[in-house]
Amino acid sequence: MSTTIEASSTATSGAVAPPPTVHKVRRGWLLPTWGWIVIVWLASPVIVMIVFGFNNTSGKFNIQWQGFTLTWYRNLFVIPQLTDSLITSIEISVIVTIIATALGTLMGFALGRYRIRGAGSINLVMFANIAAPEVALGAALLSLFLTIGFPLGFWSIVIVQVMFSIAYVAVTVRARMAGLAPSVEEAARDLGAGPIVTFFRVTIPMITPGIMAGALLTFALSIDDYIITSFNAGSTVTFPLWVFGAARTGVPPQVNVMGTLIFAFGVVLAAIGFVTGRRKKRQLDGE
Amino acid sequence: MVRRKLMGRLAPYLLVLPGWLWLVIFFVIPVIAMLSLSTQTGDLIDGFTQTFHWQNYLDGWNEYHVEFIRSVIYGAIATILCIVIGYPVAYWIAFRGGHRKSSLLFLLLLPFFVSFVIRVVSWQFMLADNGIILEPLKAIHLLPADFHILATATAVVGGLTYNFVPFMILPIYVALERIHPEVMEAAGDLYATRRAAFRRVVLPLSMPGVFAGVLLTFVPAAADYVNASILGGTDQTMIGNVIETEYFTNTNYPMASALSFILMAALLIGVFIYAKVLGTREVLDMAVA
Repeated sequence: MSTTIEASSTATSGAVAPPPTVHKVRRGWLLPTWGWIVIVWLASPVIVMIVFGFNNTSGKFNIQWQGFTLTWYRNLFVIPQLTDSLITSIEISVIVTIIATALGTLMGFALGRYRIRGAGSINLVMFANIAAPEVALGAALLSLFLTIGFPLGFWSIVIVQVMFSIAYVAVTVRARMAGLAPSVEEAARDLGAGPIVTFFRVTIPMITPGIMAGALLTFALSIDDYIITSFNAGSTVTFPLWVFGAARTGVPPQVNVMGTLIFAFGVVLAAIGFVTGRRKKRQLDGE
Repeated sequence: MVRRKLMGRLAPYLLVLPGWLWLVIFFVIPVIAMLSLSTQTGDLIDGFTQTFHWQNYLDGWNEYHVEFIRSVIYGAIATILCIVIGYPVAYWIAFRGGHRKSSLLFLLLLPFFVSFVIRVVSWQFMLADNGIILEPLKAIHLLPADFHILATATAVVGGLTYNFVPFMILPIYVALERIHPEVMEAAGDLYATRRAAFRRVVLPLSMPGVFAGVLLTFVPAAADYVNASILGGTDQTMIGNVIETEYFTNTNYPMASALSFILMAALLIGVFIYAKVLGTREVLDMAVA
């Protein structure tokens, strides 16, 4: 309030305005403290999961610290159903990632590049697909499968997971297309490349980051999905389904170990991608 | 030549077709199948027949409106908590992150490398009556021996907030990140106080991010039943639990379908109105970015 009055008074007097307050961001401690608290809070279940994978627990409930052991790492695969569920999950996620990435990329590319009649309804359906609650998506497909008598199991899980992944891939790729000038492809065409050669040698490499992001997102969504999958799984058990089932009676420490290993694998993979991405960017900046 | 031209014109449609068919067959048609199933009558043994029994909807609402309302309330509280907790974090990383921005975002996303169900189970560990948080507090008599968090609304809403807060932080971060520093400088040049610059410049510019975050948080939180199953008790049943029970325990498919349809219609209509006001593509792109 005071600044406004000050400002108008200087303006009327016709004097040179005082140097305006430059909003350099304040170096307070409150914001970083809060940020780190939230980061620790978000990480806490992960830390607990990792630590309790080393817990020398004897009872059914792995909730109190009883000493350090590597038993669970040595006996990682002694629960056959748990091991099977993990293998099933990985198989399903690989298949889903391949199908959804292929279909979603083509869709996103076409939507980003061409004017398509009916693009409005496609966008609407994709939006509804992403925005719809998971329970309803799972229940809808279950209703169809029940109505037509489609057997629930491995393939119904694949179908339902591809269904909820396509739109994510398509939107990611489309967003990437929006940032590309068609002139590069036109140049390729001018230089004598056919449409198919242009697509594979020019367009695909340019949108690869978008495709990779879509594929990674699909894999992550697929291997992690509980709700939609549980509605369409029949007697097939994926890793999240097994853990959920075990939660009622007490989750064995092997789950902590598997979670830890998957976590480590994912983090290493992401870190490699992160570092190479940064190096590439630095190279580009250097040119 | 003519054929090539025709191919050229058809190509976009051929590219869209496989994905579009998958969405129509396994998303649009199932929704119709669900609507159809919801008005049938019968049971698992004798089979279900279409009788246009719309009464299922009324029965569903009468029987389970408590769970519906509870889901909306839990979802809303979790969403508000996500904004309150997440906005400052997004602001911190966007404006104070400096060269550590990517590393901080990475830390924030770390939990996503662990399965959703395991994270919820992990909270179940931590919040257990004699677990690592409550046991020490009870030992030094800070809490009464019969104090518990599991099977309370606090545990369920806390779990929902925990699981969805990154979906709030990310879009807000993206929106804040897009604000050019010059805009803030301009606000300063125009004699805005720090508070006014935030309220009248930064906050409005970050609203698309908040809207996208609300979309990404509220719908999954209200429809979630994993948190309620693992962290909640019988008094915290949400509509997702009811739908699951109706399908798999009671095999009352018409009732289950009707409840799912009400849930989906209510949330989607809400979302569409919400997105219409704000622009579908913008919210969607912000949500995915």
